[in-house]
Amino acid sequence: MTKQEWYDFRPGSWMTDVNVRSFIQHNYTPYEGDESFLVGPTSRTTELWNKVMELMKEENRKGILEAETEKPSSIIAFGPGYVDKEKEMIVGFQTDKPLKRGIMPNGGIRVVKNALASYGYTLDKKTEEIYSENRKTHNDGVFDAYTDAMKKARHTGIITGLPDAYGRGRIIGDYRRVALYGVDFLIEEKLQEKKLLEIPILESPDIRLREEISEQIDSLKQLKVMAASYGYDIGTSAKNSFEATQWTYFAYLGAIKEQDGAAMSLGRVTTFLDIYYERDLKNGLITEEEVQELMDQFVMKLRMVRFLRTPSYNDLFSGDPTWVTESIGGMGLDGRTLVTKSSYRILHTLYNLGPAPEPNLTVLWSVFLPDAFKKYCAKVSIDTSSIQYESDDIMRDVWGDDYGIACCVSAMRIGKQMQFFGARANLAKALLYAINGGKDEIYGEQVGPMFAPITGDYLNYDEVMAKFDQTLDWLSELYINTLNVIHYMHDKYNYERLQMALHDINILRTEACGIAGLSVVADSLSAIKFAKVKVIRNEAGLAVDYEIEGEYPAYGNNDDRVDQIAIDIVEKFMNKLRKVKTYRNAKQTLSVLTITSNVVYGKKTGSTPDGRKAGEPFAPGANPMHGRDKKGAIASMASVAKLPYRHAEDGISYTFSIVPKALGKSMEERKENLKDLMDGFFHSKGHHINVNVFDRETLMDAMEHPEKYPQLTIRVSGYAVNFVKLNREQQLDVINRTFHER
Amino acid sequence: MSVLGRIHSLESFGTVDGPGIRFVVFLQGCPLRCRFCHNPDTWEVHKGNEYTSEQLYEEILKYKSYMDFSGGGVTFTGGEPLLQAEFILEICKKLKKQGISIAIDTSGFIWNDVVQEVLEYTDLVLLDIKNYDPIVYKEVTGVPLDPTLKLLDYLREKKINTWIRYVLVPGLTDNLNSVKELSGHLDQYPNVEKIELLPFHKMGEFKWKEMGLNYTLSDTKEPEKALIEQARSIFETNGKKVSVSS
Repeated sequence: MTKQEWYDFRPGSWMTDVNVRSFIQHNYTPYEGDESFLVGPTSRTTELWNKVMELMKEENRKGILEAETEKPSSIIAFGPGYVDKEKEMIVGFQTDKPLKRGIMPNGGIRVVKNALASYGYTLDKKTEEIYSENRKTHNDGVFDAYTDAMKKARHTGIITGLPDAYGRGRIIGDYRRVALYGVDFLIEEKLQEKKLLEIPILESPDIRLREEISEQIDSLKQLKVMAASYGYDIGTSAKNSFEATQWTYFAYLGAIKEQDGAAMSLGRVTTFLDIYYERDLKNGLITEEEVQELMDQFVMKLRMVRFLRTPSYNDLFSGDPTWVTESIGGMGLDGRTLVTKSSYRILHTLYNLGPAPEPNLTVLWSVFLPDAFKKYCAKVSIDTSSIQYESDDIMRDVWGDDYGIACCVSAMRIGKQMQFFGARANLAKALLYAINGGKDEIYGEQVGPMFAPITGDYLNYDEVMAKFDQTLDWLSELYINTLNVIHYMHDKYNYERLQMALHDINILRTEACGIAGLSVVADSLSAIKFAKVKVIRNEAGLAVDYEIEGEYPAYGNNDDRVDQIAIDIVEKFMNKLRKVKTYRNAKQTLSVLTITSNVVYGKKTGSTPDGRKAGEPFAPGANPMHGRDKKGAIASMASVAKLPYRHAEDGISYTFSIVPKALGKSMEERKENLKDLMDGFFHSKGHHINVNVFDRETLMDAMEHPEKYPQLTIRVSGYAVNFVKLNREQQLDVINRTFHER
Repeated sequence: MSVLGRIHSLESFGTVDGPGIRFVVFLQGCPLRCRFCHNPDTWEVHKGNEYTSEQLYEEILKYKSYMDFSGGGVTFTGGEPLLQAEFILEICKKLKKQGISIAIDTSGFIWNDVVQEVLEYTDLVLLDIKNYDPIVYKEVTGVPLDPTLKLLDYLREKKINTWIRYVLVPGLTDNLNSVKELSGHLDQYPNVEKIELLPFHKMGEFKWKEMGLNYTLSDTKEPEKALIEQARSIFETNGKKVSVSS
């Protein structure tokens, strides 16, 4: 098959099969030069962005700009919306107005009602009635099936952040397919796939799949209708730069109109789009200014993605994140770099539009990346603190060269893989359960299995480890079973039909578990092993505090004595998870990532044997505890880099903050040093790093005078936020983190 | 052979004490009492943590890949690192076998045979000249200037790459005539690759207070831009390379 829209493209298997990677590999133009070709924003872009910023200012003042109270969102629920039709090169909003938040009650009606109420809106009676009496939601399904043990674990917070009342997200549709093939072709493919499922004996998995494919086809048909309302026919392939960008955005827009999953990531689209840009530039059909305008305006739309959230959700994931993660750069399996001019163009939006937390720009770093690009990235980090880096050298080996990052650190092959998001288990609390015989240290309730608590005055390493092991056996089973319930119900009541329409039929599913409190556990065990830890008990005999006599090696100083403990915990817990059967045979994976919930986790956890007091925050992700990493940045990141990716394939998050001065004396030196630092980190098998470059004083000033810093962006665990949108507690947590400043 | 040394602290990501990314060893103990010192906690020779030369060597080696990527190395500073020359020497011998570049940040006050031997292994000396006027020097540091200048001569003789460091403190080391003389003096040293002008800051003041020491520069302000530029242009005469920390 060939199409006239594909003129000048090099042929390959992508022409007959849906295979975007093949298209990219046959057609993209690697770019090894520097940033000198980049251009500023057009006046149209600037004028439009100013209007949008006005709306965002109003939104900041009010909490949210506006919310729908009656009509549930869907791909076709709302007609077209614009900010300024004349100036918008890329069009489309989730609802009928910019920044207006839609409601998606399939996840759970109570959540929608509470979220609306918290901003002073009232859910329409009729809508509430329908979703309470006629249409069951995901949330209802989950609680119908939850066991008492699951409810208890959720209540005490040993397992937290579960997607049982909000969309699970972390699924990336291959939005590029819509641009390359057009929707009609994709529907045709799905119809054929469904035909293949006309088999002699239909068992429930086959029945489910047939229903799902039908749902997928319906969603694609609706996507066409949605685009038509903006005046475009996306039934056919995109034929130029504009259409490729717009079609890709439409596909993504369809997904976010229907799903409000925690992370609604974009995938890996820039190098794909670059092929269209290059073709049009070569043929003189477009100028660099026009290409950058498309990119700026595309990104502007991505910055305007909004979901309605409850206050408790915001405590977990603060700053209104959407995780529109775009993966940039990396290397191809054939050794060519996947960096193109558009990798630069998308980073350049941080200058043309100013810094911003979204889209979540993620550079796939390889030590083999072109030097000029590495330097440019370092410059952008120093100027904006808006990008994160992940090891392409590690992930390419596991996932090939067309994977993207969902949310913060979760790699998945685009269109071939999805995950069942599983939030995280609080291992610090698990350690306390081990000490207290399964009783919660705050509530005093028996939550874990009732085994004998530790009764000695001083903690003995072997005794604690044996009980910790038992606790983790219990926790891993409970955890996976809880996730099985959630994802069964999510598939049933809140299936992501459009995103899955942009996947192959046979996909890999991962059961993405997570851990919180790794550094607390590692340091606690190190304290028990290398110092003496005395137990303080309350009247009920519950261990509630600890006194440390002597010193212990702390995680974050590149000291194998404790780093090995951290490594062992990750491996141990992962191996336990591997033993438990999963829904749809998902492959168990693990992340060491907390997002901003390290604050909430800390609040819900009693004093720990490492000296951390009850209620104090954990370190985020895989970070060492604040202030305990005493040998500088590299020692700290070296400890983190030791954590084994093969036992944490859902990602290992490290957040790094440094003052500009500590990077070197001049901008040139700073760029060079930051680049070398990242080369060193990724060379020593680090997986992920958030880079923040600013002075603590800037943050303190921003706390007092938020109006002066509307665009101050900082990287937290796996994503970026507007600093001024964090609550005060979280702002303080960021300020109190280790800043490398010598 | 393992020698014991006293370490104030270690910094795995040093970027301001020599080229590239450097592992910086802050050695404990210093004979000088510079009034603008921002690390007075490194003065006392009996404090700090004990390391064997073998231990520290093993620690440094962990960071070799970062040094390789960046063209960096190790910097011994302090305190006065050459107070513990035997200790450093043992480590330097081993580091050299690994091809690791070595820098020493010194006041130049210590001179003996072991120091001489250490310098054989040294790729770069960061020589702090606190002032060129002997009287001011004594007043600022509590010790005489002479040994520092002798070391500078020796470095020239041995063709050891040298960066000069000069801390610019208003009212204390902004005697520009003496800066002029120093600049002229340095013209005679082809081994001096660069001059680092370090504008005074008060980030160490809290340490003085914590230690119950009398900080005499509480009222001293950080130098004005104009003063920094003046000093810079003086040092830049005859094509000398100058960098200013920000």
